[in-house]
Amino acid sequence: MAYVPLADRDHEMEMHHPHSWVEKYVWSQDHKVIAIQYGSIAVFTGIVGLALSLLFRMQLGFPDTATFIDPSFYYQAVTMHGMIMVVYLLTALFLGGFGNYLIPLMCGARDMVFPFMNMLSVWVFLVSVIILMASFFVGGGPTGGGWTLYPPQTNLAGTPGHDMGIVLMLISLGVFIVATTMGGLNYVVTVLQYRCRGLTMMRLPLSVWGIFVATILALFAFPALLVAAIMMLFDILAGTSFFMPAIIESGTPLDHNGGSPVLFQHLFWFFGHPEVYIVALPAFGLVSDVLSVHARKNIFGYRMMVWAIIAIGGLSFIVWAHHMYVSGMHPYFGFFFATTTLIIAVPTALKVYNWVLTLWEGDIRLNAPMYFAIGFIFTFIHGGITGLFLGNVVIDLPLSDTYFVVAHFHMVMGVSPVLVVFAAIYHWYPKMSGRMFHSGMAKLHFWCTFLGTYAIYLPMHYLGFLGVPRRYYALGTTDFIPQSAQDLNTTITIAALFVGASQLLFFINIIWSLRYGPKADPNPWGAASLEWHTPDTPPSHGNWGDSLPTVYRWAYDYSVPGAREDFIAQNTPETEEPTVDEQHFDPDQDKSLADA
Amino acid sequence: MSEATVNEVGPHDGVTGLVDDWAADKQAYHVPWGKAMMWIFLVSDTFIFSCFLIGYLNVRITTTEPWPVQSEIFALSFGGDPIPLILIAIMTFILITSSGTMALAVNFGYRKDKAKTFWLICATAAFGASFVGMQAFEWSKLIIDEGVRPWGNPFGAPQFGSVFFMVTGFHGLHVSAGVIYLLWVAFRVKKGYYDEKGFEIVEIAGLYWHFVDLVWVFIFAFFYLL
Repeated sequence: MAYVPLADRDHEMEMHHPHSWVEKYVWSQDHKVIAIQYGSIAVFTGIVGLALSLLFRMQLGFPDTATFIDPSFYYQAVTMHGMIMVVYLLTALFLGGFGNYLIPLMCGARDMVFPFMNMLSVWVFLVSVIILMASFFVGGGPTGGGWTLYPPQTNLAGTPGHDMGIVLMLISLGVFIVATTMGGLNYVVTVLQYRCRGLTMMRLPLSVWGIFVATILALFAFPALLVAAIMMLFDILAGTSFFMPAIIESGTPLDHNGGSPVLFQHLFWFFGHPEVYIVALPAFGLVSDVLSVHARKNIFGYRMMVWAIIAIGGLSFIVWAHHMYVSGMHPYFGFFFATTTLIIAVPTALKVYNWVLTLWEGDIRLNAPMYFAIGFIFTFIHGGITGLFLGNVVIDLPLSDTYFVVAHFHMVMGVSPVLVVFAAIYHWYPKMSGRMFHSGMAKLHFWCTFLGTYAIYLPMHYLGFLGVPRRYYALGTTDFIPQSAQDLNTTITIAALFVGASQLLFFINIIWSLRYGPKADPNPWGAASLEWHTPDTPPSHGNWGDSLPTVYRWAYDYSVPGAREDFIAQNTPETEEPTVDEQHFDPDQDKSLADA
Repeated sequence: MSEATVNEVGPHDGVTGLVDDWAADKQAYHVPWGKAMMWIFLVSDTFIFSCFLIGYLNVRITTTEPWPVQSEIFALSFGGDPIPLILIAIMTFILITSSGTMALAVNFGYRKDKAKTFWLICATAAFGASFVGMQAFEWSKLIIDEGVRPWGNPFGAPQFGSVFFMVTGFHGLHVSAGVIYLLWVAFRVKKGYYDEKGFEIVEIAGLYWHFVDLVWVFIFAFFYLL
């Protein structure tokens, strides 16, 4: 029997059409509903993370004014803030939220390849969040060992949450990994195997490329965290000594010996560094599309952008020990990891140049998403350059435990991806909801967030150079830290409270507009990629009505000379409109392309 | 040239074929979705077992006490002198045999010989179940007769017991899950569920089964022999 590609067996795709409200909005197998469920759970968790950060900033800015913030609570808040933001907010939002929404639409597919497994993924994710939140309510509270959970400290009696909190955290991470794996397999296979006719990999929008490569990173990096979590659970619950060396606690030797704390660090960072790019690569992809649409220009150097994403993804697996310079290592290893770390700057800088060159002489429309996208370029360059400092062993050693590192990673993987999240939500909101948000309010939200985060993180660089240590509950009196450091900390806290409060603008805007916003045009920004050309807005279950679309060009045909409008939809045949597709792909000439 | 030829199984081999696949529209590989997904899952699972084995080798270096001699611990005597590693050898043999029956099942599946496919999958599952049974015997012997615990054992480094229970336990879970998966597939083969859809599922289940066997070979080599 001749092999029939599955994308051509369209009528055979098993669609589970909902029959009731519960099946449509709760146990939904529609990727768009699942995306919104994923996104909502992630954002809710993120709000908890944000609230925690404001609480511990209170202690730093106004020491000992809020009496309920004792040292234990402070460390628990810092720990949970870090883990929530990195894993449960950003990873889940980019892969589960945007990945679910955009991949099938941008690939011209009806849904993910296995909708049932996709549905399981979001509910298992909810279970992991519930387990995580449960740790706030158990005896001892959540773990306070820092988001890196380094043993032996995390497991010792002096650390808050050393009994139940850490156990729940590790179980929650394990469950989260199961959810990510089920979702991630779906995303990868959908991109590889369920693209519509004419849509080659090199015609995919960069959003799909970013999410696709990030998902592969997730599938290969999370196993290390899973193994670390299992071994640590054994250490805590079964009394093994994988990570616990011989140790004396309050004068009594513990029943552990011969374990290796550094092994945990290696496993954790073998996950942890790719994790940075699991967050960053989708952001790179989404921001590329937003910039291109609102600059009315094709993305500069599309192929280079794709290869840069792949190169960054590959390199991210061989740089992990740059997080461990202070743990001590052979100088040759330090040399190796410093070198690979700095090499990552090459494809990353290439992407930044291409974003700027996309803007160059573009017909820039300063819509709200564009504010955030351009803001992202600023914050990302900023955070990236301090990354070059910290990649070098000799500079990292004195700076590693100071606020300089806090400022660096918040600029590069906190503020930057969050700005892209806002850009992407505002950009795709009309498609998702069918309504338009309030533009002025969105722009006000941008200025508050953008300037506010600079007010928070720029001074932190300075604190770091002063040598102010991070993760300290109180600075106390030390000769090398001047009183001005405390004043600066107060300023930072005020800015943080302001930024936290200004996020209300965002939530009010999108919730209010959901009901009262004006009806949105199906393609308000004049975008070329497939998701803007669905028969319905918001797209209905199955996305494409009776037949799947056919793609004739890349996703970046903007301002093409001779075209009727300043964009040409991806599914407009070449016979109707000119093309400047840099990969001029004609199905009839396919063989010559392959032979070349 | 018609639309269908774009995706026909490429006339090229090697690098050109690879470029063909990745330059194609619709799909990169000429395999069903489930098979592509299983392959990617297995690569991910490889990372899990690699981390386990690397972690094991690492604690074996860092532990301060001598590592027990596995050939003496994993020895059984049948009336005479103890034979080193005899149970592990039998378990390994059984698991590798089950890979053979699985491969036959895939073959008969594609020939649409449902009866033979069903019985061969059942045989594979039976081999798998007997492997888990022998593992249970080995565990109970170590726990009850020899006093090996996750936190310590009479032979030397406490990490020996920790690694043993963790790694063989995790692999045993994989085998047990595989047995259930295989029985489910066998049941559906017999019910005629795949007559229309095709018997690719047998091969997909087979991929998982062969992977579990392959992992055992590495555990055998690194944990029992090294």
